[in-house]
Amino acid sequence: MKKKMISTFLAFSMVTALLAGCGSSGSATTATTAANGASTTAAQADTTAAGAESTKADSDSGKTLTIGFSQVGAESDWRTANTESMKSTFSAENGYNLIFDDAQQKQENQITAIRNFIQQEVDYIVLAPVTETGWDTVLQEAKDAGIPVIIVDRMVNVSDDSLYTAWVGSDFELEGQKAAEWLNSFATAKGIDPSSLNIVDIQGTIGASAQIGRTKGLQDAVDKYGWNLLEATTGEFTQAKGQEVMESMLKSYDNINVVYCENDNEAFGAIDALEAAGKTVGSDIANGQVMVMSFDSTKAGLTDVLSQKITLNTECNPLHGPRVEDIIKALEAGQTVDKKKYVDESIFAVDDTVKSVTVDGNSYDVTVVTQDVIDQRAY
Amino acid sequence: MKSKKLSRSGLLLTITVGLFLLMYISGMLIFSDKGFAKPQMFLNLFISNAGLIVISCGLTLVMITGGIDISVGSVTALVCTVSAFMMENMGLSAVTALIASLIIGLLFGLVQGYLVSYLEIQPFIITLAGMFFARGMTAVVSTEMISIKNELFLKWAKAKIVLPFGYTNNKGVYIESYIYPTVIVALLTVVLVALMLKYTRFGRSLYAIGGNAQSAVMMGLNVRRDKFRAYVLDGFLTGLGGFLFCLNSCAGFVEQAKGLEMDAISAAVIGGTLLTGGVGGVVGTLFGVLIKGTIASLITTQGTLSSWWVRIALSALLCFFIVLQAVIGSVSAKKHGARLA
Repeated sequence: MKKKMISTFLAFSMVTALLAGCGSSGSATTATTAANGASTTAAQADTTAAGAESTKADSDSGKTLTIGFSQVGAESDWRTANTESMKSTFSAENGYNLIFDDAQQKQENQITAIRNFIQQEVDYIVLAPVTETGWDTVLQEAKDAGIPVIIVDRMVNVSDDSLYTAWVGSDFELEGQKAAEWLNSFATAKGIDPSSLNIVDIQGTIGASAQIGRTKGLQDAVDKYGWNLLEATTGEFTQAKGQEVMESMLKSYDNINVVYCENDNEAFGAIDALEAAGKTVGSDIANGQVMVMSFDSTKAGLTDVLSQKITLNTECNPLHGPRVEDIIKALEAGQTVDKKKYVDESIFAVDDTVKSVTVDGNSYDVTVVTQDVIDQRAY
Repeated sequence: MKSKKLSRSGLLLTITVGLFLLMYISGMLIFSDKGFAKPQMFLNLFISNAGLIVISCGLTLVMITGGIDISVGSVTALVCTVSAFMMENMGLSAVTALIASLIIGLLFGLVQGYLVSYLEIQPFIITLAGMFFARGMTAVVSTEMISIKNELFLKWAKAKIVLPFGYTNNKGVYIESYIYPTVIVALLTVVLVALMLKYTRFGRSLYAIGGNAQSAVMMGLNVRRDKFRAYVLDGFLTGLGGFLFCLNSCAGFVEQAKGLEMDAISAAVIGGTLLTGGVGGVVGTLFGVLIKGTIASLITTQGTLSSWWVRIALSALLCFFIVLQAVIGSVSAKKHGARLA
């Protein structure tokens, strides 16, 4: 009885699968199947063959690609913007079928979701990992199934690099370099002596890739231009800690004129502390103002740039969708892709004293913040 | 009395299994074009939940005695992090890490069991303390995320056991169905614990204790000792399950397995184990875990629903089963009462 039931269901699902196959791979298959009219296995073999052909033919005519995207969660505005970017890039109108899974900050959920994607035979798996570690087994399964995996945002730490095809994310060191180059150009333009720049660095959570890159960008510039770096302490990327660190720094030094915050939240805290201590924040260092520099460029961060509290805000771009699409298009066309791909990131400043900065021979434009810029911001 | 209890748990088990089949088969029908009907999809339920199955089995034992253990999630995190730390930072072998995992589990079982059974402290409070303690100790061991690269460990984690069937995917690659050794360990645990509950004196006395501890004492059972043993076994299984969990995630960090205890408890309840004790079994718990896995799988396959629906569906099921248990309980109590009159 039970056996009979199971076999009925199996047969039913096979038929459904067959029908679905015919539906998607067009009239040619239907014709073959009809002509054959033979056993299920023969028909199935034909479907597979036709499927393979249509893949070839469709690479220029645009078949629907199925993308499985496993996202960390929805813990911040940045993350939400990241998700939205993926959803709008891989929309049905653009010829994609996106399967989205929110892992709710749990690595085990992501592992399960990837296994599910493999069974759904998605064409590509996009993974924004919760953690950097623990991906060996499941990425091996994806590789065995021949499904390319594209990592976004955080990097994965696996024993074998071939387990993923490419990575898309931010170049945190470049962000730091851009900010430092801007500070140098700004000081030169205003005729400020480099040795009179007294900088404090409110670092991110120690060990986070954003902290490492942004700190390095500043430190290299300090060595290069002869600035004074008074102190570097972690503000753990939070407003409360940023404020606390700034308060204690203000007690230790009375000559701080540049505060380098490694994200917007720390900058908000630092500004509160500075204002509470009777300092004026702004770009006019020569007249005793304290300059606040920040990263991320969230809507709130840019609003503070508009009100001249933050002088420079270097973007950390969450819009990974288009970059991932570039990679997928290249792979579909049979090209090889770079293992690491960085997203484009802007620099937002309070005024146009510095119009562009140059890092490693590449020039980056500086955008002056207006209400329009803020209104267009999704996060 | 006893046969009544068994038939009651038999009825609950039938409903659980029936519900699982219903959900899974409708999934196969609705999502047959998305690979839901593939055997591997079914096997993945076991692969992804091997650790949870073992942990839930342990938890079922203490729930049958009328107790609870909410420390299992934190203990799992501790086991994973200690294992990872031992292998990566101390250079010890995977075997040592496995033994350490079991010892950690046993220690938690011994201490919590002693406090619950011999000092008669509320199990909820004791294991709540255990939960905080284990999570705290995890942070003491390492606040950093540790990735496991130990060769032997990865060999265990990646040791696919290939089954004699498979499918050809849309890229023309033939993929054999497989399971990992963790699945075998998990299923073996379920079978052994089920046999123990049914055929050993210890197993049967757990039901008696949960049904009515006072009459169990009058029946001449050593209630304290058996309760204590149930917690020790629960601790041991948590250690083992934690290690299996670690084999699936290949990493150790503080935030790991958060809320796992709630998944385990809900699996046991959906599987027909009463929170008040005396009724239940590990086969039901296994199906409880599978139902949870199936809901998650259905929602991921659907692709557009928010994954919070897993929790919503699970909570609805929990309500359904608790009401069901109450209804069945009151019906059988009425019958019992009628017969007495």
